[in-house]
Amino acid sequence: MTHASLKLHEPVGDEVKTTTCYMCACRCGIKVHLKDGKVRYIQGNPDHPVNRGVICAKGSAGIMQHYSPARLKKPLLRVGERGSGEFREIEWDEALALATKWLTEIRQRNPDELAFFTGRDQSQALTGWWAQQFGTINYAAHGGFCSVNMAAAGMYTFGGSFWEFGEPDWEHTRYLMMFGVAEDHDSNPIKLGLGKLKQRGAKVLAINPVRTGYAAIADEWLGIRPGTDGLFVAALIQELLRNDWIDFDYLVRYTNAHYLVIRDPGAADDGLFARDTDGKPLCRTRDGGTALADAIGIAPAVVGEHRLADGRLAVPAFQLLAERFLANEYTPERAAKECGISAATIQRIAREIADVAFRAEVRLPVRWTDAWGRSHDEMIGRPISLHAMRGISAHSNGFHTCRMLHTLQMLLGAIDTPGSFRYQPPYPKGVPPANRPGKSRKADGTLDAGPLGYIHAPEDLLVDAQGEPRRIDKAFSWQHPLAVHGMLQSVIANAVAADPYRIDTLFLFMANMSWNSAMNTSGTRHLLTQKDAGGDYKIPRIIYVDAYASEMVEFADLVLPDTTYLERHDCISLLDRPISDADGASDAIRHPVVTPDRDVRPFQDVLLDLGTRIGLPGCLREDGSPRYPGGFAQYMVEHERAPGVGLLAGWRGRDGSRSGTGEPNPQQLERYKEHGAFWHAEVPAAGRYYKMANRDYLEWARGLGFVGSTQAQVMDLYSERLQRFRLAAQGHGAAQPPARERERVARYFDPLPFWYAPFEWAQLDLGRYPLAAITQRPMFMYHAWGSQNAWLRQISARNFLYLHPQTAQALDLRDDDWVWLESPHGRIRVPVRCHTGTEPGTVWSWNAIGKRRGAWKLAADAPESQQGFLLNHIITELLPPRADGHRYANADPVTGQAAWFDLRVRIEKAQDAPADTPHRIEVAHA
Amino acid sequence: MTMLPPPSPRKLGLVIDLDTCVGCHACAVACKEWNDGGQFGPLPDEDAYGAEPLGVWFNRIHSFEVKPRRDATGNGPLQELAKTGFAENAPAMTVHFPRSCLHCETPDCVTVCPTGASYKRAEDGIVLVDEDKCIGCKLCSWACPYGAREYSEKRGVMQKCTLCVDRIYNESFAESERQPACVMACPTRARHFGDLGDADSAVAKLVAERGGVALMPELGYAPVNRYLPPRPRRAGCDGTPAVSADESLDRSQLSPLLRWVDKLLSR
Amino acid sequence: MHPALSVIFFTTLSGAGYGLLALLGGGIALDLWPRDTTATLAPLAVGLTLASLGLLASTAHLGRPWRAWRAFSQWRSSWLSREGVAAVATYMPAIVLGAGLLDTSGSSTWSPLPRICGALLSVGAAVTVFCTARIYSSLRTIPAWSNSLVAPVYLLFASYSGGLWLWLLSTVAQRGAPGADRLGLAPALLAGMALVAIATALLKLLYWRHIDSAAPRASIESATGLAAFGSVSAFEHPHTEQNYITREMGFVLARRHAARLRAVALLAGFALPLATIATALQWPALATVSAFAALISGSLGVFVERWLFFAQARHVVSLYYGARSV
Ligand SMILES: Nc1nc2c(c(=O)[nH]1)N[C@H]1C(S)=C(S)[C@@H](COP(=O)(O)OP(=O)(O)OC[C@H]3O[C@@H](n4cnc5c(=O)[nH]c(N)nc54)[C@H](O)[C@@H]3O)O[C@H]1N2
Ligand SMILES: Nc1nc2c(c(=O)[nH]1)N[C@H]1C(S)=C(S)[C@@H](COP(=O)(O)OP(=O)(O)OC[C@H]3O[C@@H](n4cnc5c(=O)[nH]c(N)nc54)[C@H](O)[C@@H]3O)O[C@H]1N2
Ligand code: SF4
Ligand code: SF4
Ligand code: SF4
Ligand code: SF4
Ligand code: SF4
Ligand SMILES: [Mo]
Repeated sequence: MTHASLKLHEPVGDEVKTTTCYMCACRCGIKVHLKDGKVRYIQGNPDHPVNRGVICAKGSAGIMQHYSPARLKKPLLRVGERGSGEFREIEWDEALALATKWLTEIRQRNPDELAFFTGRDQSQALTGWWAQQFGTINYAAHGGFCSVNMAAAGMYTFGGSFWEFGEPDWEHTRYLMMFGVAEDHDSNPIKLGLGKLKQRGAKVLAINPVRTGYAAIADEWLGIRPGTDGLFVAALIQELLRNDWIDFDYLVRYTNAHYLVIRDPGAADDGLFARDTDGKPLCRTRDGGTALADAIGIAPAVVGEHRLADGRLAVPAFQLLAERFLANEYTPERAAKECGISAATIQRIAREIADVAFRAEVRLPVRWTDAWGRSHDEMIGRPISLHAMRGISAHSNGFHTCRMLHTLQMLLGAIDTPGSFRYQPPYPKGVPPANRPGKSRKADGTLDAGPLGYIHAPEDLLVDAQGEPRRIDKAFSWQHPLAVHGMLQSVIANAVAADPYRIDTLFLFMANMSWNSAMNTSGTRHLLTQKDAGGDYKIPRIIYVDAYASEMVEFADLVLPDTTYLERHDCISLLDRPISDADGASDAIRHPVVTPDRDVRPFQDVLLDLGTRIGLPGCLREDGSPRYPGGFAQYMVEHERAPGVGLLAGWRGRDGSRSGTGEPNPQQLERYKEHGAFWHAEVPAAGRYYKMANRDYLEWARGLGFVGSTQAQVMDLYSERLQRFRLAAQGHGAAQPPARERERVARYFDPLPFWYAPFEWAQLDLGRYPLAAITQRPMFMYHAWGSQNAWLRQISARNFLYLHPQTAQALDLRDDDWVWLESPHGRIRVPVRCHTGTEPGTVWSWNAIGKRRGAWKLAADAPESQQGFLLNHIITELLPPRADGHRYANADPVTGQAAWFDLRVRIEKAQDAPADTPHRIEVAHA
Repeated sequence: MTMLPPPSPRKLGLVIDLDTCVGCHACAVACKEWNDGGQFGPLPDEDAYGAEPLGVWFNRIHSFEVKPRRDATGNGPLQELAKTGFAENAPAMTVHFPRSCLHCETPDCVTVCPTGASYKRAEDGIVLVDEDKCIGCKLCSWACPYGAREYSEKRGVMQKCTLCVDRIYNESFAESERQPACVMACPTRARHFGDLGDADSAVAKLVAERGGVALMPELGYAPVNRYLPPRPRRAGCDGTPAVSADESLDRSQLSPLLRWVDKLLSR
Repeated sequence: MHPALSVIFFTTLSGAGYGLLALLGGGIALDLWPRDTTATLAPLAVGLTLASLGLLASTAHLGRPWRAWRAFSQWRSSWLSREGVAAVATYMPAIVLGAGLLDTSGSSTWSPLPRICGALLSVGAAVTVFCTARIYSSLRTIPAWSNSLVAPVYLLFASYSGGLWLWLLSTVAQRGAPGADRLGLAPALLAGMALVAIATALLKLLYWRHIDSAAPRASIESATGLAAFGSVSAFEHPHTEQNYITREMGFVLARRHAARLRAVALLAGFALPLATIATALQWPALATVSAFAALISGSLGVFVERWLFFAQARHVVSLYYGARSV
C-alpha cells in the first residue's frame, strides 16, 4: 500500500518576495511565499545579516496577524463618549480633511499644542522629521518607557549601548554576563549568539530574579533581588580593584581614567577636568609632570594628587573612581545583604571574570592602525562580554546601574575588543552623538533641529526662563535632563493635569497607551475621559493610528487605519534605530508584497499626505505642489537630510554605485528588492575592533558618512558632562535649575556611577509590601499584538503570577489559587503558580497577556480578559507627592526612564474563584 | 503497511539540544505554518478567537523544573555540577522541552492502525498518516506514548509530524532548504536533522559526543529522535586555570591606591 | 483517558451481544439448548442487535465513519482490525443458524450443521470480545490496560452480561410455563451464572487492586530523559488552554469518586443481580421480574465499570502534563 497522494516535490507557492519582518522590532529578513495571491508561508531569509535564515515564533505567525480579524478596515470617527467604542466609519477624504483642519489650526496658533507621540514604530526618521516640519517640540517615540536608561548610559559613557547599538562578540567571547534580559530587541541575533556560545563552551552567567528563557540555559543563574544590581556590580568592581584585576593600559588609552579632575569644592570648575589654555584636558605623568591627556607616548598616572599651575589640587579620574568603589558601601558583604547573592559567590564571580579577561585573552592576527597612526600586529581582546536590558533599565536607578556595568567593562578592557562587547556601526558617533534637540522655531514654522537629540550641557535643556519644563512630557527639563527619548509615559497624565500646559491634540501612532504601555492602566483610562468645566475633554482631540482593534482605539476621536507590515513601504534606516551588526552596517526596506483588501492606508503615506495638506515646508516644492505625491516610497528614495544623505544608505548616487552617501538613485528601491530588501556593508577586517580608536574603522565609517572625523572617541570613565549639571545645581553657570530641583540634580548627576534604592521603595513601608513584582516578555508574543493571533494565543491565552514555592507556602497558596495582588496604587485579582526558578522575594508574570474584554476582536469570554491580567493596573506613573506637593514621574531622575520594575506588592489569598468581572480588577485605592 | 517495515538502515530524525533550547516556540509555530498551508494541512484551529482556543500542532514546547538531588552519587552531570564549586545551593533548573513525533523504530502507533493509514516508510523510517485512508479512530494517538498525534473534529483524521517529508526531499527547493521547517527556524540552532542510522552522520556524532538520550526507552518503541541533555554547568570558561582564592592579593597589604602610584602605563 | 460514551457503549453493548451469542452458540453446539425456533431466534436476534448497536456506537467514535470498511484490512497487526473482522465474521454462522431455524420441520435435537454453526458462533463471539479486549490491553502506553487481567475480565463480563440477557429472554419465552420452568434457565445454569457473577466481580476486584498497586511504568524523569539531573516537575505547558491530548488522555478522576463508583459497579453489577437470582430460585413466579431487574441493574453496573475502565486509566503522555509517574 502506498501513500497515493504524497507529493514530495511540491513547490511552496507561486512566488517568493523578500522583505523585512515586523512582528517585532528586531526586523529580520523574511521570504514571503505567495500562493494564489495569498500568503502561504513566511520563512527567515538565510542571506539576511540579522537573522541568517532563522525566524522566531512571532515571525512565522505573521501570516495569522496579516489575516487577523482584528484588523481595522476603514477610518473611524467617534460618535459616542470616549471609551464607549462607538464610531462611525468614514471615508478617507473626510478623515484627512478633519485631521488637516485640526492640525492646521494648531500649527497657526502654537505648534506645541500638538503632541505627536509614536510607540513601537521604527520610522522615527520620518516621524521625527515630520514633527520638526510641523514645529512642535512635543514629539517622541517609545524609548522613554522602554530602555532609555540603557541607551543614555551607553551613549553618555562610551558612545554605544546595549540597547540595539552593540552586541557581544559572539564568535570569541568566553564568558557572557547577562543582566535582566528576557528577550530583548535583538531577538534572533541574541538567540543565534547564545547558540554559538553554547556550542563553543563559553560560560553564560545570567543575573536575573527569574530563571526562564535565556537564564534557563545559562551555566549559572544568580537570582538577584530586583533593583539591586548596582550593588552586585559595585562589589565586583571593588574585588577587581582590590586585586589589581584591571586593564590599566586599556583605561589610559581609550578612556579618560587618567584625566586630571580639579578638586576644589565650591568652585565653578570643581570636578571638571584640568585643562590647558586651549581647553585641552591634562593628565599627570608618572614622573609628576603634566601632559595633554590625549598625547601619545606618555606614561600617565592613574593615582596621585597633582598640584596644578594655579596651585589647586587635582587627581586622576581613576583615583576618584577607585575611592568610590573601594569604600565600605560597596563591599561584597553589603551587596550580599541587599541582593541575595552571597559574598563568596560575588568574590568567585569577580575571580572568574578576571581569569577570563586576563588569562584567556584572545589574540587575533589582524594588523590594524590606531587613531593615532600606530600600527599593531594583533588585536588583543578580553573575551568577557556583558549584556543588559530592561532588568537594569526599568528601575529608577537604572541609568547609574547601567553606567556601572559600562565601568566594569572599561576596567576589564572589554569594550570593542575581540571577545568583548562590540559597537554596531554607525556607532560610535561621539560620546554622546552631537545632535541636540531642536529648541526654537524658524520663520517658516519648522523647528531648528529634530525634536529629539542629546543634551550636552545645561544650556541645551528645553526649559523656560524659570527653568520649568517646556515639553509636555517634561523631558529635557531639570526633572529629567537626559530624557533623550522623551517620556511617552507621562504625556497623558501631564496633558490632563495641564502641567505644564494644555495641549489641543494628542496624535498617537502605534502605542497602546490606554493599556499595556500605560504605567497606570485604570488611571489612564479614566484620565482619557476627563472633561473640564466647559464639558470639553481635557485632551480635546486624540488622533490615533493603529492597524488593529487595540484597547487604545476606543479612546480616539479619529482613527486612521494602517496597513499590515506586508502591505506597505517601510524604511529601516541608519538614521533611526539601525539593524547593523558589529561586523557591518545594514539597512533595509519593507515593500508591499500583498495589496490591502480593506480601505486602509500606510501611515507613512498618510503622514506625508497630511503634511502636504497642512502645508509643511518639507512636504511641498517651491511651487507649492506636493513634494512626495508618490508617498513614502518616493520619500525614501528622494528625501535628503543633508546633501547626499538620505534614509537609505545602499545603492546611492544616480547610478547606484555609491554607498552611505550620494545623490538619490531613482532605482534604489529596485536594487533593494533585488538584494533581499536589505543593504549590508562589511567593516574591513582591520576595522572590526577598537572602533572608537581604530583608524581603519574610522576611515571606513567616515566614508559612509557615519562620523565626521577619524579622531579617537574617548570613553567617559568619569563623566565631566554629568558634573556640569551638578555644578549648575550648585549654583554655577548660566543655566541653573529652579530651587526645587537643585538637590535632586546635584545628587543624581554624579560623574561616577553609584547605587541608590529605587524611588518607590524609599517612601514605602517595605514590611507591608515585601515583594518585588516584575514582568517578562514571552518570546512568542509581541506586547499586546500577539493575542489577536490565532496561533500565538494558543500558547498563552492567560497569564499567572509566579512565585517561589517557599513564598507560596508561607502564604498558604497552591497552584491556581486566586490572590489579591496589592500595591500602594491598587489591587487586582490574579491566579498564582509556583516556580522554583524565581527569587523568593520576587513575583512575576508574562507581560501584556491580559486584555480588555472585547478588545482585539476576541470573544467576550476569552481567557485573556477573564483570567489574564495586566500588572500595569497597579503601577504608577507618578511618585507620591513631596512635602511641597510636587510629584515627580516614577522614573529615573537622569533619563526619565519609566520605573516599571520598582513595583512592590503584597499578596493575600482571595477567597473564591473570581466572579464575572472584566479583567479581574478592583478600583484603585482612593 | 500497518505491519512495520523491516528495520531500515536509514533512520531520519531530529536531535534536540536541551542545553540550548530557550523555549521560544519558534519551531512549533514554524511547523504549524509550514504544515497548515501544505499538503498535510490544514492544521485546524477551533474557537480560534474564543474562550477555548484549541488547535492541531505537530510540535509543542514544554518547560520543566529540575531540582537537583543533592544526595546523588555516581558520575552524572550532578556530580560534575558539584565539582564546579558553585553547587553551594544548586538552584532548580528550568529546562525547555520541545516534543514532536520521534519516528520510533518499533512504534505501536503504526501497528494498531486498522486501516493502514498510519505507516512507517521503509526507506527512511518516517512515520506518516495517509489522510485518505484514515478513519479517525484515534487509536494510534492512544498508542503513542509521546503525545505526538493530534486529532481535530473539524477534519476527522489523525495528524502528526511528517518530519517535513515534503521539504527534505523537495527538489524544487535549494539544497540548503531541504530541512524540516522547525530546524530551519530554530533561532538558537538547537534542532538538528539527519540520519541517525548512519554512525558517521553529523547528528549521530552529536548524539555520541553529547550522550543523547531516548525518551521512555522502557516502553520499547525505540524512538529515533534523540535529546541532548543539558551540559554540565561550567564554573569558569573552559580551558582557563581558575585563580584559586589564595592566589589573589593579600588585601591587608598596601592600599590599592598606593600600589598604583608606581604603575607604569603607556598611551 | 477520556471516557467517551461511544466507546463505552461499544464495549458494553457488543460485549453483551457477543456474550449472548457465545452462550447461545455454545448451547447449540453442545446440544444443550432446546431446538426451539422462538427460544433460539429471540436470543440470536437480540444478540445480533446488541452487537450491531455496539458496532454502530463504535463508528460514532470515528472521524470518518463512511470509511469504516477500511478497518478490515490490517488484521495482521491491528487488534482493532481483527476485532472488526471477527465481529463481522461472526455474523456468518449466526445468519446460517438463523436461516436453518426457519426450517421448522426438523427434530427436537440439533443436526450437525447448526451445531457447527453454533460452535463457530460461540468461538467467533468469544474471539471478537477477546479482540476488543486486546485493543486496549495491547496499549503499552496505558498501564491500567496493558496487563493480563484485561482480556479475561472482558470475556467474563461479556459472558456475564450475555447471560443476563439470556436469562431474561428465556423467562420471557417461558412466562406461561408452570413452576420451576418459569425460571427460564435451569437452576444449575442459574447457579452457574451466579458463579460467573462472583468470578467476574472477584476478577474485577483483583484488577482494581492491580492497577492501584502496580509499580509505575514510566516517570516524568524517563519521559524527559532528565533523570540524571534530579527530580523533574512540569512548569509551563505548551499552551494555557486544553488541547486534543489533554482532553483525550488528560482526564483525571478524583480518587474519592473512583471509590464510590467502584462500589456502585459492584453493587449494581453483581450484588443486586445475585440477589435477584436468589429471589427467582426461591420464588420462580418472580423469575421474569427478577431477570429484568438483574439485567437492568447488571447493565448499569457494567456501564459504570466500563466508564471507570476508561476514566481511571492514565496514559503515559500525562507525564508531560504534570503527572509524576504513570
Ligand atoms: N508592566 C509592564 N508594562 C510595560 C512593559 C513592561 O515590561 N512591563 N514594557 C514597556 C515597554 S518597554 C514597551 S516598548 C511598551 C510597549 O507597549 P506598546 O508600544 O503599547 O506596544 P503594543 O501593545 O504592541 O502596542 C502597539 C500598538 O501598535 C499597533 N500596531 C501593531 N502593528 C501595527 C502596524 O503595523 N501599524 C500600526 N499603525 N499599528 C500597529 C498595535 O495594534 C498596538 O495597538 O510596553 C511597556 N509596558
Ligand atoms: N518576544 C518579544 N520580544 C520583544 C518584545 C516583546 O514584547 N516580545 N518587546 C520588545 C521591547 S519593546 C523591548 S523594550 C525589549 C525588552 O527586552 P527585555 O529587556 O528582555 O525585557 P523584559 O522582558 O522586560 O525583561 C526584563 C528581564 O529583567 C529581569 N529583571 C527584572 N528586574 C530585574 C533586576 O532588577 N535585575 C536584573 N538583573 N534583572 C531584572 C526580568 O526577570 C526579565 O527577565 O524586548 C523587545 N523584544
Ligand atoms: S525576531 Fe522579530 S523581526 Fe525577527 S522574525 Fe521574529 S518577529 Fe520577526
Ligand atoms: S512518537 Fe508516537 S507517533 Fe511518532 S512514531 Fe513514536 S509512537 Fe508513533
Ligand atoms: S486514527 Fe487514522 S491513522 Fe490513527 S489508527 Fe485510526 S485510522 Fe489509523
Ligand atoms: S519535522 Fe516538520 S512536521 Fe515535524 S515538527 Fe518539525 S516542522 Fe513539524
Ligand atoms: S525553536 Fe529551538 S530554541 Fe526555540 S523552542 Fe524550538 S528548539 Fe527550543
Ligand atoms: Mo520597549
